[in-house]
Amino acid sequence: MAEPILQVRDLHTHFPVDDGVVRAVDGASFELHVGKTLGIVGESGCGKSMTARSILRILDRPGRIVGGEILLRRQDGSVVDLAKLPADGQAMRAIRGGEIGLVFQEPMSSLSAFHTIGNQLIEGIRLHSDLSRRAARARAIELLAMVGIPRPAQRVDAYSFELSGGLRQRVMIALALAAEPRVLIADEPTTALDVTTQAQILALIRRLQQERELAVILITHDMGVIAEMADDVVVMYLGKEVEKGPVDAIFHAPRHPYTRALLRSIPSVLAEPRARLATISGSIPHPFARPSGCPFHPRCPERLRGPCEATFPPEVVIGEHHATACHLYTTEGAEVPA
Amino acid sequence: MTAPVLDVRALRKHFPIRRGLFGRVAGHVRAVDDVSFSIARGETLSLVGESGCGKTTTSRCILRAIAPTSGEIRFRDARGQEIDVARLDRAALRPLRRQMQMIFQDPFSSLNPRMTIAEIIGEPLLVNGMRDTRERNARVAELLELVQLPRAYLNRFPHAFSGGQRQRIGIARALALNPSLIVADEPVSALDVSVQAQIVNLMLELQDRLGLAYLFVAHDLSVVKHVSHRVAVMYVGRIVEIAPTAALFETPKHPYTEALLSAVPVPDPRRRAQRIVLEGDVADPSDPPSGCHFHPRCPYAQDRCRVETPALTELVPGHAVRCLRAAELALQGVAPPVAAGPSHVAQGG
Repeated sequence: MAEPILQVRDLHTHFPVDDGVVRAVDGASFELHVGKTLGIVGESGCGKSMTARSILRILDRPGRIVGGEILLRRQDGSVVDLAKLPADGQAMRAIRGGEIGLVFQEPMSSLSAFHTIGNQLIEGIRLHSDLSRRAARARAIELLAMVGIPRPAQRVDAYSFELSGGLRQRVMIALALAAEPRVLIADEPTTALDVTTQAQILALIRRLQQERELAVILITHDMGVIAEMADDVVVMYLGKEVEKGPVDAIFHAPRHPYTRALLRSIPSVLAEPRARLATISGSIPHPFARPSGCPFHPRCPERLRGPCEATFPPEVVIGEHHATACHLYTTEGAEVPA
Repeated sequence: MTAPVLDVRALRKHFPIRRGLFGRVAGHVRAVDDVSFSIARGETLSLVGESGCGKTTTSRCILRAIAPTSGEIRFRDARGQEIDVARLDRAALRPLRRQMQMIFQDPFSSLNPRMTIAEIIGEPLLVNGMRDTRERNARVAELLELVQLPRAYLNRFPHAFSGGQRQRIGIARALALNPSLIVADEPVSALDVSVQAQIVNLMLELQDRLGLAYLFVAHDLSVVKHVSHRVAVMYVGRIVEIAPTAALFETPKHPYTEALLSAVPVPDPRRRAQRIVLEGDVADPSDPPSGCHFHPRCPYAQDRCRVETPALTELVPGHAVRCLRAAELALQGVAPPVAAGPSHVAQGG
């Protein structure tokens, strides 16, 4: 396989607060390739959004990266470690919104209500290019057309509140692509949208990815969206990466007890009507009360007395590009469920 | 079949649009426009649809949080008497409110942070005359057990609980006065998947044990499949299709239902199907399209769909559709589960 465009190695992001340290990301490692979609999935508090915000260096205070590398391969072949750049320095500002585009869940709060969408697009375009204002406006209209906004030449002068949720998310995507990024990070891009609008936006992201060979990091809690969009998947739980692999392996041969349990507990339109769901006992612990050892052990039906309570297991390769961090696969004599 | 607990007939709720200095009424938003359905004891009817379809307004009319513009809401009370809730005044509504309760979406904002769990769940009992503290606490303990929470939680405050536990507390409170109808508006959509499954199962168990009727308002069709006996799909204020759950999912008769089902991402990468991606957005209920409201987005629309308004028509017993072409179209549903599927997901449960 070609060199990855983005490589995250053993990333640790902490939030030191009055009551202790929240280890929001506690050892994430993955690779992103050109033209591929990497899905990062997990429930609240798993660290998926914090991973994205670490890469973009937009962590809220007092969060900071305390360890690891975020290696971005640039157009000229050189490699830069984003974790080492000053978060609001010029280099990082050029990369954020330049080489890496971003799309968030809430287009309403990410778009300005005081500027027309055209002016926001023109600003984005001119920040990362030397186009004249006039040329930038023409480019803005082109971008709006590209993301499927009807009557783009008129809509360019509209304000974000005049648009529906689906159109706003399209504008967000146009903004993200304004500087021709090679990497797109989309954090819950369709969570606030209705299901038919979600289908439109997912189809749009897929089309643009193919046309532009984008590398996409898609962050979501929705296993259905992951199954639909991702080539590779990282499953996280309480800041820890518990399993990663190709999408088919994750859904059809999951190895970590959390991945298995999560997949079984998803409601599905394919189920029998009124079928009871499989459940995971207990609830997600509060970040301050993170269990020792493997953070999933108190809820894990397959936990081993001893190792699971004591240490977080090392990552074991269990298939092609498929790895999991679970004591079941490193402890001798442990019975691995089929 | 026994008489329904709730029988809604031709319900309408129109909100005036006011313009100008003197608040002249410039038009109406027909948020709910001729909605009829019934729910039997022990049955779940789900109202589904996208934002602005009128599902929440319908549920608020039934609880009389807002007054309907017209129509009947016939509720069978504990003594078996039928009462039209749509016409009652405040005083007459009070005794009925005990029998219709609500479960809210957001378990974080629907519980008073200054009250203990015993006070939160006991409040409806106190308001309805159970003044003896010991008697009340005994009932609260019973309710906690019903929603599978330890008795020891009685004197704790809501902030000490997770989202799932708070939703259990909300359910216990709703059950305090032995209601016959529960209106649940998106009760699990704010919860994480692993917790959502617990609450869905709890609602199913409580229904079987207590014979509750549920009006389940939701946008997530997957969750709806797991809770409903029957499903009504709404689009711009109208029911466009209503049917038993299996029929609605497997053999939908309305093009909008077909598109909704097709748009749901299925948690299986081997089923990346060609989706029906609808053009445009949901119609504006203050200015709905002529004829069939769905015609501008409908892949099967003909000229007459633009002019004729279809009526809700029963195609097969129990399965009614509001589409002029319903009888001639062969629409795709979601396939029933494959028995020997290789999928890990299909085997679970």
